[in-house]
Amino acid sequence: MTLAEKILAAHAGKARVDPGELVNARVDLVLSNDITAPIAIREFRRIGVSRVFDPRKVVMVPDHFTPNKDILSAEQARLVRDFALEQGLVYFEVGRMGIEHVLLPEQGLVLPGDVVIGADSHTCTYGALGAFSTGMGSTDIASAMASGEIWMKVPATIRFVYRGSLPQWVGGKDLILHTIGDIGVDGALYSAMEFSGEAVRNLSMDGRFTMANMAIEAGAKAGLFAVDEATEEYVRDRARRPYQVYQPDRDAGYERVVEYDISRIEPQVACPHSPANTRPVSQVGGIEIDQAVIGSCTNGRLEDLRIAARVLRGRQVHPRVRCIVIPGSQRVYLEALREGLMEVFVGSGAAVSTPTCGPCLGGYMGVLAAGERCVSTTNRNFVGRMGSPQSEVYLSNPAVAAASAVAGRIVSPVEVAG
Amino acid sequence: MKLSGTVHKYGVNVDTDAIIPARYLNVSEGAELAKHAMEGIDVQFVNRVSAGDFIVAGANFGCGSSREHAPLAIKASGVACVVAGSFARIFFRNAINIGLPILTCEEVVAGTESGDTLEIDLETGRIRNVTRGTVYRAQPYPQFMLELIAAGGLIEHTRARLKARGVIP
Repeated sequence: MTLAEKILAAHAGKARVDPGELVNARVDLVLSNDITAPIAIREFRRIGVSRVFDPRKVVMVPDHFTPNKDILSAEQARLVRDFALEQGLVYFEVGRMGIEHVLLPEQGLVLPGDVVIGADSHTCTYGALGAFSTGMGSTDIASAMASGEIWMKVPATIRFVYRGSLPQWVGGKDLILHTIGDIGVDGALYSAMEFSGEAVRNLSMDGRFTMANMAIEAGAKAGLFAVDEATEEYVRDRARRPYQVYQPDRDAGYERVVEYDISRIEPQVACPHSPANTRPVSQVGGIEIDQAVIGSCTNGRLEDLRIAARVLRGRQVHPRVRCIVIPGSQRVYLEALREGLMEVFVGSGAAVSTPTCGPCLGGYMGVLAAGERCVSTTNRNFVGRMGSPQSEVYLSNPAVAAASAVAGRIVSPVEVAG
Repeated sequence: MKLSGTVHKYGVNVDTDAIIPARYLNVSEGAELAKHAMEGIDVQFVNRVSAGDFIVAGANFGCGSSREHAPLAIKASGVACVVAGSFARIFFRNAINIGLPILTCEEVVAGTESGDTLEIDLETGRIRNVTRGTVYRAQPYPQFMLELIAAGGLIEHTRARLKARGVIP
């Protein structure tokens, strides 16, 4: 069996599962946020149970429109807070929270071998830990909050093998953008992506989170990495409960195997208006930008901020550009502060925000006007994603975003920082 | 159930930001969301749509975010069924869960334009383009989906399961 099949079989109490099979799986964690939890709570009340199945396994994170961006958002956040306190759920308040998919692994709430469902499409991020995690809607989340189970169709698995060593300024974001550019936004529809090969074995955990995070941008149900020393090292001091490590079988059945030699790839940029509209940065054509966003559940981790700071150190953000840096969690923020990264950002003329999803989905903290262009380390560049339907979003890694903020146009980090 | 209505046609990869831009997600009631249905791709949709109309679109309809607000907005706008070449998986689940009828049929997408009149039989999956005199058959739902729909949706299905276990009296 593949990694996804092994985890699902174990959680369905079966010796074996096959792609296409419908299973009822036990869930280890059920997640929602300030936008999706209100509907989940409403539907949960309709079921007629008074308590969630296990309050230690239900997490609510106010991260999308928080700190509250307007009165209606404040009402939604309050509804979520009241429910979380009433039920004794795992809950993180503003000032202690983070963007959910940065926060949960960091807090040791997701561990290898887990099945996690979340009312947020980027729940697939936790595949980096060797967990099966996937996004669903609020009603599915309500059902799982009541029952501790969820029905799922076992996905077929596509194996991706990345050969070679990572070139300078190339990271997890570039591998996944390159992949989505190759297979398309529905290239892995209904499937699990299993990432392997020496290039990803040499990738940091932060880089793996970035790759798994964007599996949904290829239509996938999950994006998984097998557990190795880096994973064990990451969870060692974080895990507060036992966990089970699953490895894919050598003779596992894959729907197909896709191989890439990444030794010569450049940093990748996804041009408007699709994450699959990917080009090497040198072929983007020096597009002038108005804004650069560095952060999000895709690229808001410590390594991302270190890379951005390496480019921005001793340089100034272009006079025409707003550069917005958003650490993914309170802990990332504190570490970045201790390492002196915040001084680099503020000194270079960037705006630094408390953790929030804000600008990524055009919520607040960096909404775009008509005709404006933004280079962003986030995950989607659909029409109107970050504001006006007449604005444009270019997706990139943190080095490209930082270098472009300095140059005022989309450039390779080599041009700015060598 | 036999439905009859007018088609609003869109292309491939209609994402949830197009169906309901995130700036409107500070509310979750269908009627409020419906005021902005499809606004990201078609600002005139809410003025043109009538109760009982259909959305017909290409592959990967509903890709992107998990927001259940997307099928809620479409349903509350009066759309009786979405027919697409394929659906993004989260949108598919959400639509079934909230009771928005959806059908998968590649051929009808190729042979239908905005303004055409369709007749749709949800039970059999038979789709007739009245304007062009063509007939199509949508992919049938998996058995489990039919059980979910028959139970009245996921919430009712979950309640029944928990009752059977004695969790709910």
